[in-house]
Amino acid sequence: MSDAGKKLTISERCAIPRHAMPAQDPSARVRNCNEVALGWDAETAREEARRCLMCKKPQCVINCPAEIDIPGFIEKVADGEFLEAARILRASSALPAVCGRVCPQETQCELTCVMGKKFKPVAIGRLERFASDYALFEQELPLPEIAAPTGKRVAVVGAGPAGITVAGDLIKLGHDVTLLEALHQPGGVLVYGIPEFRLPKDIVRRELDVIQQLGVKLVTNFVVGRTATVDELLEEYDAVFLGNGAGAPSFLNVPGENLNGVYSASEYLTRCNLMKAYLFPEYATPVAHGKRVAVLGGGNVAMDAVRMALRLGADEAMILYRRSRIEMPARLEEIEHAEEEGVKFSFLVNPVRFIGNELGWIKGIECLRMELGEPDASGRRRPIPVKGSEFIVDVDMAVVAIGQSANPIVASTATGVETNARGYFIADDDGRTTKPGVFAGGDIVTGAATVILAIGAGKKAARAMHEYLMGNAAQSKN
Amino acid sequence: MHKILHKKMLIERTWNMRVEAPLIARKCQAGQFLILRIEEQGERVPLTIADWNREEGTIDIYFQEIGASTERLATLNAGDSILDVVGPLGNPSHVEKLDGTFVMVGGGFGIAAGYPVARAFKEAGNKVIAVLGAKTKGLLICEDMLKAVCDEVLVATNDGSYGKQGLVSDILDDLLDRGQDIRMVFPVGPPIMMKVISEMTRPLKIKTVVSLNPVMVDGTGMCGSCRVTVGGKTRFVCSEGIDFDGHEVDWDEMMSRQKMYSRQEKEALDYYHEHGACHGGDR
Repeated sequence: MSDAGKKLTISERCAIPRHAMPAQDPSARVRNCNEVALGWDAETAREEARRCLMCKKPQCVINCPAEIDIPGFIEKVADGEFLEAARILRASSALPAVCGRVCPQETQCELTCVMGKKFKPVAIGRLERFASDYALFEQELPLPEIAAPTGKRVAVVGAGPAGITVAGDLIKLGHDVTLLEALHQPGGVLVYGIPEFRLPKDIVRRELDVIQQLGVKLVTNFVVGRTATVDELLEEYDAVFLGNGAGAPSFLNVPGENLNGVYSASEYLTRCNLMKAYLFPEYATPVAHGKRVAVLGGGNVAMDAVRMALRLGADEAMILYRRSRIEMPARLEEIEHAEEEGVKFSFLVNPVRFIGNELGWIKGIECLRMELGEPDASGRRRPIPVKGSEFIVDVDMAVVAIGQSANPIVASTATGVETNARGYFIADDDGRTTKPGVFAGGDIVTGAATVILAIGAGKKAARAMHEYLMGNAAQSKN
Repeated sequence: MHKILHKKMLIERTWNMRVEAPLIARKCQAGQFLILRIEEQGERVPLTIADWNREEGTIDIYFQEIGASTERLATLNAGDSILDVVGPLGNPSHVEKLDGTFVMVGGGFGIAAGYPVARAFKEAGNKVIAVLGAKTKGLLICEDMLKAVCDEVLVATNDGSYGKQGLVSDILDDLLDRGQDIRMVFPVGPPIMMKVISEMTRPLKIKTVVSLNPVMVDGTGMCGSCRVTVGGKTRFVCSEGIDFDGHEVDWDEMMSRQKMYSRQEKEALDYYHEHGACHGGDR
């Protein structure tokens, strides 16, 4: 049994079809906020793991910013050594149970999976979820060994994916790590942005428990830039990592955007997720329950918002996107789930004005039809308005999910840490900013991106910070 | 957890609390606010930091029982704790030495929020006049505190039970009539009062700075709930304010946005009354 995976020939492996992820029935799940994807049992996971070709030069790993030994952990799953699989995952990532759920695997590891050239790629993300959940729920993974204390103190600003990664990596290297979070709960976008039905908050809490058990000190309600400046942190700490996130919602800047019932996606999702407004009034934070809801945008955040609106009782929830279906940046699975749930998609539509009623509430959105022109800087065909194509969509709530810009609170109080024209920190590939001892990574460097890219930036920065701290240690001894 | 050290009723349903918050006390300045969350099921409630003691590590807040969260807060006593307190948030008020008089116009409960700014302008060497308004004498708060930091304190009550009968705008008129060299007016209180005062000072070109109190969630510029239109541009009160030029604020929009959750606020209050201390607490 233990070498069941090894016995299979390549053609036998190829003959196993990719396993589907069981999910709550769409008609049931639109009435609750429980996780949609139900996870695999051990047999399904082992059978899927047997599909892995165990490539000598695994292409999947090259495309994994978390640098996970993918064939290594999959082999352990195939062998039924689930805890060992989890250990391999956790050795590279502080957030495997999160990544197994929210990574866009189709554009990362699974994109380059060799099996995917002829057949469907190995379901790496689902296997990652299975193995890491096993260690969170079934059998506890012993904590890894921690290097001897270096005596170096590090402040990590922002307990989101980048910060958690940096904290998790640096604590294992023997540094004294304090994780500073502005909100009352750690997790960043994992708790305020991504809904419960896609990423249960209990998962995030359990992953954070692990790094706290390793010794990371967590301080919530600490707003760097307000409660203390970066300069002040440097008086107390040997190095600082800035992973505070992009942190400011972008708006369309069209008339009527400040009408009641028009939300930024950040506000709508923060109310629903962090503040649990879907449990109002048991939880005291309110949120509007629109009956006809339009969400503007085509990314994961837009999918999260539109699906949340359905769960809060919308009769009709629609995506209005200014490009076409193939340009939508959302994960494939999220688009599919949204469609199954009855979300309507309107493509090549651009809002130009929000229309209010006499009470100051939104009652409609005036839109223009678009057509695709030549490719723009992003390589996608640029949408161009069609003259005279104005039409009105009747809605009683709208969510603007067109991305984020740089929140200036941290940067404005950090002397010598330079930002670019858009307000993002300037950092090299390893997260070094223009100020020695200050590193940065994640959305506050790249602009709004994905959880996995923030994790990747965190891993690189942690390595550079370790080098910096130990280099300084050698110097200070001289 | 932040321990409540002291609680005092000023007038019915209006309270002063002293809370342990050393990180906030260390940094806060006049014009800044904090956000508190009483318990796990609680909402994030923004309140002005009215006073602080850096050595003792304490801050003072004032609040009025106007909804479920503030009613719940009022049930806490000295010795109890508040789950989360974060701050200081917002930018400090821009305090400077003027070549004339600074007038703080406080309406009702807003007087408490005007106190630290009036004090800061006094400390900066200005002549400071406080104009306070209340429905009736029994509802006037913080008069003695302001007397201690102002050159003059003038009161208007709607029913004439104390001070001048009328509105704070009537007293501002009197000051202008007597030729007071007013260089800056700082109205704090109900938006309609701030709007009226701003409209009065506009033709006179007197600098008028208002401290806004919109609906907020995170208070760090992350959500945009608190957005207002100032000078034709959308601004976030929590991260870019909370002080703005009163002549530039779109008051009607601001007041409309403040009412966004009126229905749910009532629902929350009814739920709170029905479930007693609810919110998972044991009180």
